[in-house]
Amino acid sequence: MRVSFEVNGRQLAADVWEGESLLYVLRERLGLWGSKNACEQGECGSCSVLLDGQLVCACLVLAAAADGSRVRTVEGMEADRVGRAVQEAMVEAGGVQCGFCTPGFVVSIADLLSKDPHPGVLAVREALAGNICRCTGYVRIFEAVQKAASRL
Amino acid sequence: MPRPDAPAKVRGAFDFASDLRAEGMLYGRTVRSPHPHAVVRRIDTAAAAALPGVRAVLTAADVPGKPFYGLDKVRDQPVLVGVGETVRYAGEAIAVVAADHPEQARAAAAAVAVDYEVLEPLTDPVQALAQGSSLRNLVIRRGNPEAVAEVVVKGFYEVGQQDQAPLGPEAGLAIPDGEGGVDLWIATQALHVDLRQVADALALPPERCRLRLAGVGGAFGAREDLSMQIHGCLLALRTGRPVKMWYGRDESFVGHVHRHPAWMWYEHGADREGNLVYVRATIVLDGGAYASSSHAVVANAAIFGCGPYRVPNVLMWCGAARTNHVPNGAMRGFGAVQSCFAHESQMDRLAAAVGISPLEIRLRNAMRSGDRLITGQVVSGAAPVADLIRRCAELPLPPPAEGRMALPGGAGNLAEAADISRGEGWALGYKNIAYSEGSDDYATARVRLERRNGHAVALVKTAAAEVGQGLVTVCQQIARTELGVEEVELEPADTLIGDAGSSSASRQTWMTGGAVREAARLVAEEVLKRAGPPGRGLAGGQVVDDEGAPLAPLALLLDEPIEREFEHHHRQTGKLDEDGQGDAHVSFMFVAQRAVVDVDPEAGLARVAQVATVQDVGLAINPLQVHGQIEGAVAQGVGLATMEEIQTREGLIRNASFTDYLLPTAVDMPEIVSELVEEAEPDAPYGAKGVGEPPLIASPAAICAAMRAASGRELCRIPVRPEELSGVSETKPPRELIPGQPPA
Ligand code: FES
Ligand code: FES
Repeated sequence: MRVSFEVNGRQLAADVWEGESLLYVLRERLGLWGSKNACEQGECGSCSVLLDGQLVCACLVLAAAADGSRVRTVEGMEADRVGRAVQEAMVEAGGVQCGFCTPGFVVSIADLLSKDPHPGVLAVREALAGNICRCTGYVRIFEAVQKAASRL
Repeated sequence: MPRPDAPAKVRGAFDFASDLRAEGMLYGRTVRSPHPHAVVRRIDTAAAAALPGVRAVLTAADVPGKPFYGLDKVRDQPVLVGVGETVRYAGEAIAVVAADHPEQARAAAAAVAVDYEVLEPLTDPVQALAQGSSLRNLVIRRGNPEAVAEVVVKGFYEVGQQDQAPLGPEAGLAIPDGEGGVDLWIATQALHVDLRQVADALALPPERCRLRLAGVGGAFGAREDLSMQIHGCLLALRTGRPVKMWYGRDESFVGHVHRHPAWMWYEHGADREGNLVYVRATIVLDGGAYASSSHAVVANAAIFGCGPYRVPNVLMWCGAARTNHVPNGAMRGFGAVQSCFAHESQMDRLAAAVGISPLEIRLRNAMRSGDRLITGQVVSGAAPVADLIRRCAELPLPPPAEGRMALPGGAGNLAEAADISRGEGWALGYKNIAYSEGSDDYATARVRLERRNGHAVALVKTAAAEVGQGLVTVCQQIARTELGVEEVELEPADTLIGDAGSSSASRQTWMTGGAVREAARLVAEEVLKRAGPPGRGLAGGQVVDDEGAPLAPLALLLDEPIEREFEHHHRQTGKLDEDGQGDAHVSFMFVAQRAVVDVDPEAGLARVAQVATVQDVGLAINPLQVHGQIEGAVAQGVGLATMEEIQTREGLIRNASFTDYLLPTAVDMPEIVSELVEEAEPDAPYGAKGVGEPPLIASPAAICAAMRAASGRELCRIPVRPEELSGVSETKPPRELIPGQPPA
């Protein structure tokens, strides 16, 4: 079947199999490899994207069900001020080690800061509880959130 | 200085192994045994091969070269288990398939018909060792193994099986070169170690298999052993097309080795002041079905098994059982994590028996530079253990828990602040850097200085694996420092240059960093030769004189580029003799930690409030990265102490997913206060020791000690289960063993 979405402002379409997830279609069919696939079970957040403005795990969404929607992936984050601030802060604060979790964190943090530009410490922890990082112990990711917030 | 790869990583533009693609690519998949112990009687691939889109179905009969692989000298793991051969763990590979679409590959794998004669699995490691099913037994005897003492404490301790759980799945892309050779892009810790095994299995000379490092999404030991390397190459060479393989999370749990679970019986003897007189201990590790790195893990568990203390008399027995479990092998901390939990629990018991504080007992026995390990080896480098303890004790304690998220049970809202008790626990840990027991440990680097658009650019090439730890930053920094140039490019890591060894044992800063430094110094020497006197050094893109005043731009001297290669070996280590005595290690790193934990003893819930950690790092080349390593390692220690455990019953893993294998999240993470003690390590390049492992060695022990202090329970097992914390149940030794004696 054929599905089409608006991805990062561009209209894209692909022929997909019925069971393919939005994550699979973004990656393998549309060449957007930025969203990652650490668990494909909705547990790690490495595949986080915004679907019609909602933060979702792309691995849990059927591509067919997302037909006609607006999708923003990590590749589209540079397009706005919040996204850019988050990316810069992650680099500067040392929030990136292996980087496999990073795209998911960038999307989640940008989503948090666009709703709550100055979140408290506990609010940050709660908002990021769906994103697993195995390398950093989160400390420098929390710092990156505060750094980005201070610049917005 | 930020990591050179971070900007691409935050934009989603960095390719990990699972993101690779090639024109005409097929998808590979593995057929795995559902039984932990069985003989393969028949494999029928006809139905699978006939399915749409399927391009190849391969079995053991299709392996052209050596049918076994492994890290040990004795390679004992079958590439694929063939007809008439024995399956030794559930998840072992029987066949591989390649198809046009991943779903077709999945269907084909399911359609491969295998008949098994199911056998009884051996799942009890103590039993296995008692009947001689062992991967290595090691005894360490020092002083008088039968020494007696006035104060004696005994204990049994158990450590569950931890998964490295790197976020990036096992993945690689094999591309045939059209001439019978293959290029493999792979997420690994050690390209050359992989290469030797792959080339042998494919019956190809090593130069016809080129291994190239793909983006690595974390490792922590999980990528020391092969996963899809040989399988992917077999499929690519058979089909003549690129083949990509990646493991799903469930498959990953059987697709890599784990941390050895451990059962430990300890006895400590001391005088009335708490000075150690002897330690006797028996450590049983479950090695699983194949050797992997059990040999070296046994050595580490035993050698560091008394902690960084002066112990005059020792009898230590340590063995890794061969069972029908998924093989266990390398994970950050490598054997020292397990025994640290036991020796630190014992030190607390001893403190209580003598009537002094946990801090005092540690200070009294702390190892110093010049002291001997229990193997007789003298610690010749820095060993500022007492200093670490004192400085850790001075770090500020956390404020009381505030707000529901900060209480045990967190958002679940179970705890009331009034029911919470807070406990404090201490642990010291230590471990070696780099390879041991006589192995020839070296790393290779090539540095090239050339002129581009009028300015000097340095290019650095090694085969060392960047797995997230930040080696790329360190290599770049070293080349900048030695050559005085701003622009340093890191060339892709591959096997077209000499071996760098593995990104493990906290060794790459020392080994590959050292090789880059020496190669860069050879380049600098040539520049200065070209410049002639009074040129004495390189800085800011200039040749400078004694005073640092610029003489001439470097770029002017580079009509011909300069290229130098260097192989950096560390001091030769020795083997252990029959009493476990010998200079097996090169250097040691130490850590002291204090954990503060809030416990709801009724509900059996705990939240780690703070981990204070002071570490001896030699000199820190990149403090930002050093702190990042420490925080990440503590997080894994929080996991092992409180939640992370692979649950296996009758040889089958029951929780092979991130739904059921829990990892610490942003909510679980304690505050971390860390301090570095910087004392240059004599032999190490720039005086820098490794940093990645020690915090994970000590933190599970420190956290469990804090939980004991808060709850008043014995807690002899990690991860601590809620029912033990609340006192509903208690872990008992699987059987009584005499510390120091093997299971009989
Ligand atoms: S890959 Fe989607 S949540 Fe893990
Ligand atoms: S940086 Fe490796 S998982 Fe987060």
